[in-house]
Amino acid sequence: MLQELISTQEGDLVINIGPQHPSTHGVLHLVITMNGETIKKIEPHLGYIHRSIEKMCESLNYRQFIYVTSRMDYLSSHINNHGCALCVEKGLQIEVPQRAQVIRVLMDELTRLASHQLWWGALAMDVGAITPFFHAFRERELITDIMEDTCGARLTMNYIVPGGVMAEIHPDFQRKVKEFIAFFKTKLPEYDEMVTGNIIFQNRMKNVGYISKEDAISYGCSGPTARASGVNCDIRKLYPYDVYNTLNFEEAIETGGDCYARYLVRMKEIYQSISIIEQLIDNIPEGDFQAKTKAVLKLPKGEFYTRVETARGDFGVYIVSEGGMTPYRIKFRSPGFSNLSALDHMTRGQKLGDMVAIMGTLDLVIPDIDR
Amino acid sequence: MISFEYIANSFDSWLLATCPLWLALTIEFVVVGTLCIGLFAVLGLVLIMMERKVSAYMQVRLGPNRVGPKGMFQTVADTLKLLVKEGLTPAGSDKFLFNLAPFVVMIAAMLALAPLGFAKNFQIWDINIGVLYITAVSSIGVIGILMAGWASNNKYSLMGAMRSGAQIVSYELSAGLAILTVIVFTGDLSISKIVESQADGWWIFKGHIPVLIAFVIFIIAVTAETNRAPFDLAEAESELTAGFHTEYSGMKFALFFLAEYVNIFIVCALGATLFLGGWMPLHIGNWEGFNRIMDYIPSSLWFIGKTFFLIFVIMWFRWTFPRLRIDQLLNLEWKYLLPISMFNLLLATFIAIQGWYF
Repeated sequence: MLQELISTQEGDLVINIGPQHPSTHGVLHLVITMNGETIKKIEPHLGYIHRSIEKMCESLNYRQFIYVTSRMDYLSSHINNHGCALCVEKGLQIEVPQRAQVIRVLMDELTRLASHQLWWGALAMDVGAITPFFHAFRERELITDIMEDTCGARLTMNYIVPGGVMAEIHPDFQRKVKEFIAFFKTKLPEYDEMVTGNIIFQNRMKNVGYISKEDAISYGCSGPTARASGVNCDIRKLYPYDVYNTLNFEEAIETGGDCYARYLVRMKEIYQSISIIEQLIDNIPEGDFQAKTKAVLKLPKGEFYTRVETARGDFGVYIVSEGGMTPYRIKFRSPGFSNLSALDHMTRGQKLGDMVAIMGTLDLVIPDIDR
Repeated sequence: MISFEYIANSFDSWLLATCPLWLALTIEFVVVGTLCIGLFAVLGLVLIMMERKVSAYMQVRLGPNRVGPKGMFQTVADTLKLLVKEGLTPAGSDKFLFNLAPFVVMIAAMLALAPLGFAKNFQIWDINIGVLYITAVSSIGVIGILMAGWASNNKYSLMGAMRSGAQIVSYELSAGLAILTVIVFTGDLSISKIVESQADGWWIFKGHIPVLIAFVIFIIAVTAETNRAPFDLAEAESELTAGFHTEYSGMKFALFFLAEYVNIFIVCALGATLFLGGWMPLHIGNWEGFNRIMDYIPSSLWFIGKTFFLIFVIMWFRWTFPRLRIDQLLNLEWKYLLPISMFNLLLATFIAIQGWYF
């Protein structure tokens, strides 16, 4: 395997995409061996934005380490925080107030919307249409404004903490979210008109980057990438956390396995997220936004694992505790890393332009891969 | 009414009366050449500004609005910046070809300006094979692009140049056949004759179906020939960073950039001349009154209006469509556009022989 990866034949063209390249959306380095325009293999080189977050977490206590996780998958920072908070709560067996649970789920879904909007714009830009990017950011801006009101931050939220959420929601929160949803619903047909229905876009997406159900499972793909191949892997459905089990939503599944299926899955998820937000926004129960916890959290000796569904897939938090103030060992299972591993499988025999489209539909966030 | 024709003719006769012939000719060459370079620069500035405003309009932005009124001097400021920037030549590159390439591209674009009819009787060179000349000269540009890609000693540049070569060579066929469709009707290659043949109606109206098809094919083909989105594979930003001009900086890059916009102007002017009547006002058959009112609008305005309409269409493409893949691009040409335009040419010939056009 190694030999196959390293060796090149006469006539092969080896080009380096990245670490600074417009299509990698970050500092990912791909060494691509090509024959003309056809890709023979792709070797991703990681580590350009490795900050050893897992090691850093070992010296931070159970309240502090959550802030670092916002910097991993910065597009779903709420959901990362949520996963970590759930893991600590599992260890301490904290009962989270109903109000906090609803707020958390609302924030998760808003984050998912914002992330998918960015993905939509970036994918369109990857395949050459620049305008959708600006349209996507027009709507995303409203979500970040809502976040800013409540969390005080626009990207790295640090809002969800063990025991609930950091602060009460902003008085304008419900009104603004409702306004946003109403506005966004009028803009979604525009998205379809501009990109989904475009014949060039469909040609660029269909039958490109195929991955079968079996391969998707064996590469450990998760999230929309796996669901586009027909794998039931929505953690919100399989292992519901907080109030997800009381909600009425569908798991977006496609069976195509190609870029277009991945595109459709994410577009469906946008509609499902809107539906979840609509179900919850008028039904935020009264009560505390945070459970009463001790000043210093100490997890009992043992191992704890929780999973949440981020915008990119299955995010796992694994904490090994020795009973002290800080975790003994922390491991994050990030969706991007496993999804990236399937890139080589998907791109073999495709053109260079397809590689960009496939990367776009994998929706990679590089700090999430490198941690 | 003062027209360009009047100014040009009186200047010419004044020169001939005061100087010997050789001096008069030399002065005229210098003046026309200077005007050409001036037009080149002005076109670059205007079109880049237009592109930025059009894209801003489509992308819910404002566009440049700080330098000068409504940001009009933004491009001037950018040009000044590019002028004072260091023009790097990468190590390991073929220095001669590397520095020559932008000039080849620019000169090809400039030469093609010559036979265009900007207004009534206002033409630099009324050559009798005008259309052939434009198609021939404008295809020299690809040599400059290939030179740039090869000499840069960069894999992205090389791939961009190879794509560009394949693309331009293929799409020239369709563009040529679309042009031929009109030539079949006019029976003349000279630009002034082609425009005059549209005095009673533009070819897009007179030549019905075949010319309409040819017009659509022409627009697609020239978009590809000028390396514009959705056919901008030569400089596909998300794949090849900047394609063939990745390694260029400063004024050498600006020359590529300018040449791109002047090429757009040239192909749009050619399209306007062939299909939309060039400087010819909108005339409808025997409606004397209507035709006379239309004649009051200066012919240069008609030409510029039509050309900029086509330029707007091409910019509109760029800001709405995704990019094609290289194999899809070549499939589109060889499997669809080329056969269609061939049959279209046969159809046009048949209609022209039968005299079924208006």
